[in-house]
Amino acid sequence: MTLDEIKNTLNAAVISKREDMNLNIVRAYCADLMSDVLAFSITNSLLITHLTNTQVIRTAEIADVKTIVFVQSKRPDIETIALADTKNIPLLVTDLSMYEACGKLYEKGLRS
Amino acid sequence: MKLYEIVNSLSLEVKTPSLDLNKEVTGGYVSDLLSDVIGNSKKGNVWITLQTHQNIIAVATLRDMSGIILVNGRNPDANTLLKANEQGIPLMVSSLPAFELVGRLYSLGIRCQ
Amino acid sequence: MDNKVAEGVFFLTGKDFSNAGAASSNLKGVLEGMRVQPDIIRRAAIAAFEAEMNVIIYAVAGMMHYYITPETIRIVVKDMGSGIPDIGLAMTEGYSTAPDYIREMGFGSGMGLPNIKKNADRLDIDSVVGGGTTLEFIIYLNKDSKGAKNETL
Repeated sequence: MTLDEIKNTLNAAVISKREDMNLNIVRAYCADLMSDVLAFSITNSLLITHLTNTQVIRTAEIADVKTIVFVQSKRPDIETIALADTKNIPLLVTDLSMYEACGKLYEKGLRS
Repeated sequence: MKLYEIVNSLSLEVKTPSLDLNKEVTGGYVSDLLSDVIGNSKKGNVWITLQTHQNIIAVATLRDMSGIILVNGRNPDANTLLKANEQGIPLMVSSLPAFELVGRLYSLGIRCQ
Repeated sequence: MDNKVAEGVFFLTGKDFSNAGAASSNLKGVLEGMRVQPDIIRRAAIAAFEAEMNVIIYAVAGMMHYYITPETIRIVVKDMGSGIPDIGLAMTEGYSTAPDYIREMGFGSGMGLPNIKKNADRLDIDSVVGGGTTLEFIIYLNKDSKGAKNETL
């Protein structure tokens, strides 16, 4: 799925500077614990999470995650968004719960 | 949908065989943050998480959840299993990652309300 | 990779969460600059990150020393923390001594040390209760080392 399709499926807003909406995402994972993100080897994929602190961005960078979706309308602060911008990681926010976000993306064919 | 129907449909491993799985599942909730589950889950929800320590039983009991599904093949530690049986919270394990398990539950018609 | 030797130190401050991961991120940049293979960079970055996070979460302060040769990436993380009473237990996946506020930040899932072991070719842990912990891990850069044993003391 492209970032654009993901954005539309989740009715999400893009809150970071980078807006390459044709970015292709092949896999998706949901997690709130950073070590688990690293343990799964989720390179080049989408991370769906509740956490909005700067460590999420650093973990994403180390794990080569391509983009992050924050659920339940949780917005990271300016510092976190700025860090994501420097790392070129697009950030999206959706009102949906993590469960609904995963369900809808799975319905559209996205897998882990 | 009843918990045992979900166990059968998704081939989940039941870690608490003595507990009744005839509970009605009202919806699903996926999160690894305890405060988030306490604040946002609903009664009768089935909880999908990676957390294996005994605090998850306390949270599930507090929120009157129908059961807990551990993902990525994570096994509950001994204390967690003990508390689960004590408190009557069914514990199941799936080898799938959370995203996929939620996707399949969603396909079965379980929503998050 | 380029036939260079690189060495450096990062200082880590306990509970400094806003900079947590910065040292590993910098190390990753160094490895990328030296044109190390991407999968090795990934392993080194993950192992360094987990070691860095352990210092920040559990210790007062510490340092990460890296030493890179054409053959190996060697990283030593030394901290002034309270030490690990039972290393075997600490190496168990899911075992964590993290307080709740740490879990709420997304840490403390008990995968840190197992993740380091999984990604390094060799891991040595030396810890004294009340005296701190020193972690040393090595990742081999040669293709021959693919079958290298995972050794832990």
